[in-house]
Amino acid sequence: MIRFQVNGKEKTFDGDPDMPLLWYLRDVAQLTGTKFGCGMALCGACTVHQNGAAIRSCSTAMKEISGAEITTIEGIAPMHPVQEAWIEIRVPQCGYCQTGQIMQAIALLQENKNPSDQEIDTAMAGNLCRCGTYQRIRAAIHQAAKHQAARHEDRKETA
Amino acid sequence: MKLIENVSRHVSRRGFLQGALASGVFVLSARLVPDPLWAAEGEASAPPFEPSLWMSIASDGTVTIVAHRSEMGCGSRTALPLVVTDELDADWSRVKIEQAIGDPRYGEQDTDGSHSVRSGFDLMRQVGATGRVMLISAAAAQWGVSAKECTTEPHFVVHRSSGRKLGYGEVAAAAAKLPVPKKEDVPLKTRVEWRYIGKESNSLFDLPEIVTGKAIFGMDATMPGMVYASVEHPPVLGQKIKSYDDTAALKVTGVQETLTIAAFKPPHMFQPLGGVAVIADNTYAAFAGRKNLKIEWDSSSHSVYNSTSFRKTLEDTSRQPCRVVRNVGDVDAAFVRSAKSGGKIIEAEYYAPHLAHASMEPPVAVAEYRDGKVLAWAPTQNPQAVQETIAGVLGVKKEDVTCHVTLLGGGFGRKSKPDQVAEAAVLSKQLGKPVKVVWSREDDIHFDYFHSVAAMYMKAAVGTDGKPTAWLQRTVYPPIGSTFDTAAKYADDEMGLGWNNLPFDIANQRAENGPADYHVRIGWLRSVANIYHAFAISSFADELAKAANKDSAQYLLDLVGPPRIVNLDLKGDEAEDAKNYPLETARLRRVVEIAVERSGWGKEAMGLGKGRGMGIAAHRSFLTYVATVVEVEIDSKGQVHIPNVWTAVDAGTIVSPDNVRNQFEGAAVFGTSLALFGEITATNGAIDQSNFHNYQITRMNRAPRHVDVHIVKSEAPPAGVGEPGVPPFAPALYNAVFAATGKRVRELPLSKTKLV
Repeated sequence: MIRFQVNGKEKTFDGDPDMPLLWYLRDVAQLTGTKFGCGMALCGACTVHQNGAAIRSCSTAMKEISGAEITTIEGIAPMHPVQEAWIEIRVPQCGYCQTGQIMQAIALLQENKNPSDQEIDTAMAGNLCRCGTYQRIRAAIHQAAKHQAARHEDRKETA
Repeated sequence: MKLIENVSRHVSRRGFLQGALASGVFVLSARLVPDPLWAAEGEASAPPFEPSLWMSIASDGTVTIVAHRSEMGCGSRTALPLVVTDELDADWSRVKIEQAIGDPRYGEQDTDGSHSVRSGFDLMRQVGATGRVMLISAAAAQWGVSAKECTTEPHFVVHRSSGRKLGYGEVAAAAAKLPVPKKEDVPLKTRVEWRYIGKESNSLFDLPEIVTGKAIFGMDATMPGMVYASVEHPPVLGQKIKSYDDTAALKVTGVQETLTIAAFKPPHMFQPLGGVAVIADNTYAAFAGRKNLKIEWDSSSHSVYNSTSFRKTLEDTSRQPCRVVRNVGDVDAAFVRSAKSGGKIIEAEYYAPHLAHASMEPPVAVAEYRDGKVLAWAPTQNPQAVQETIAGVLGVKKEDVTCHVTLLGGGFGRKSKPDQVAEAAVLSKQLGKPVKVVWSREDDIHFDYFHSVAAMYMKAAVGTDGKPTAWLQRTVYPPIGSTFDTAAKYADDEMGLGWNNLPFDIANQRAENGPADYHVRIGWLRSVANIYHAFAISSFADELAKAANKDSAQYLLDLVGPPRIVNLDLKGDEAEDAKNYPLETARLRRVVEIAVERSGWGKEAMGLGKGRGMGIAAHRSFLTYVATVVEVEIDSKGQVHIPNVWTAVDAGTIVSPDNVRNQFEGAAVFGTSLALFGEITATNGAIDQSNFHNYQITRMNRAPRHVDVHIVKSEAPPAGVGEPGVPPFAPALYNAVFAATGKRVRELPLSKTKLV
């Protein structure tokens, strides 16, 4: 029996311990916001957070998440500044890869409040977008960084 | 899950409308109209105009508009309902979109060829405007005034002199009882009255659901009680199962059983490839079970297919006279004259390999067969093809196949072919329960309908002024027609994709097409044959410019020549297109001039050299004029970086400008993928690539750093936007590489050539 948390809820799993987290999320937990793209950690469509860090759920076995806190796109609530920026910049085309992109971007901004173009490129290079929305993704991450900084300032003022 | 909860298997499109009527919803033309009201002009086969198919208004004012085209990222699902909303004079925030099932009453539904807005614009305007007239009539009757005294503001009918207002929802029920007015009694808005068409504020309808992970793609569709299936296909096209052993597969936790799917009967069309399916409790178990299958396949005539030797065959063919598809003047005589008068003959050969679509969402579908009927949910570009294919494969009536369309996680032409949906239906019939078929990335790449490999031969006679007096172009590739006819060796529709419509002002020109055999499934990929045709034509144009020691952009403008309408001598659909969309060189010149201006092209471009350079290409496809300038930097390791791309676009009337910019930004990235990395090869009939490590697509760190898209303001009829950005990209990039390095590379992708 593997115990872990998904989006703040306690979960247990007693199936095949080699099952990738991706398929647990999608087929067992019915959390379909996390996408399947390659199965080899090459495209990033399946990106979720394990204890706050971005991981590829297609290549993370259930046995590796024992005791972990998993966050999926469904667990990002209320709307995150990254998601707001995605809407403002109108990033998506087909949208399929975007939840993975957003989860990666949120993890990036947690570590680096104001990433440069170069740092964004490096952090996001594992997330493929076949529609080619990279220019907007980069712009949206900068925008989200600004929003976050502004909110931080607001909070300081109210405090 | 959401889909299933919302729409049960018994709720057909008709059922939706009946339900809507019962709940007091205004449905346009709810009464049966026995004869076509107005068939679309010039199209005898077009379905009758039935506004009720397209929209309804509830008493609370909610407007529901049907999107009959699929959404794969190009924005059709938003753009067409926006047009209805505008002419209805409704408030977009009170509009809901319902995705159409496959149904011939919507006309052609194949979301391909960059023509959703082009083909649907006028009809959607009529639908909206008709609703507006009926709502005005109903309100006028209620007030006892003439309809002429009334107008609308978003979601309200207004009586001008008294200022009285009635909401659309308040008059919907009364409007529904009125006769549908004739087309000539339905005024359309003037352009200045448009509130949505052409406005910067438009954004994708599904945007909020996409960023929160709530949007439902094909991969996310489920049916109660469904099982999961993964199919091991024959590695070589046409192979059948000789024998197989599933002992080990059945031992995998979660695997239920294995089933076989019969191989297709040639031509393969959209039929399943055949193979062994592993049925399981979840996707992972189905995938894992497959790895433990032992299958022996019989032989196939296609196992002779080797990309290296096939290239030679194509090139040999391209060096011989082929079938003439367009002829102007006398090319052969001009070549002879040129030789006598001291002109130069320039020849070049270009090569482009197979490409795979590699949509981020691999092929997937869920289907249920029950009592001779099939219900399917699929990310398909073509739901009517789903109906036809399943009807053919299972021997059921087309009308008994209901195909619901989810969002598509990319399509690029792959999802016009519903072979995976047919697999799900075939398996469901065998199992007696709903089946979800999930293709792995490896399946997607191995078993694509590939963009064709192609060889092009080009020859020009150039006078002492550097201008060509004769231009010969020959193209050879296995045609898409081979998917529908095993004997097809020559291209058909591909000729209109940048080959029989050269816009250059050259007195003697001839376009030819040579024969080729197919050994894999060939299909459409974003901009299709335009990719290799534009690559050859725009590269060759640059070669001639450089040979003449002229500025490439000015030389290109000289080739295009003075403003005129090019006589293309077309037939069939292309001739029909040419009536409303003549090939106007003034528009092509304009986009070239804009790209030149915005990029700062000029002395800097010519003098960049030393690892930096700019290149230009222009190409009209899907009736849209595009010019692209690409700037490259080549580092000491020979790696290509793309700091800037400038694209100028004239696509006629635009519905959503920001989305159009997004399409062309994306086209530059798609173009980067095929120009730098894209190559699918075969060895003994089997595809060599399998996933994103050996079939690379552009990552953020290799993508163009900045793409500038300029949209030409135009009142011409709307043209394509999904595809036309792709064709000029690769030649512009290659021309930039030449400017930067002096190396003329004539084959795609660039990764095969060492630049340093």
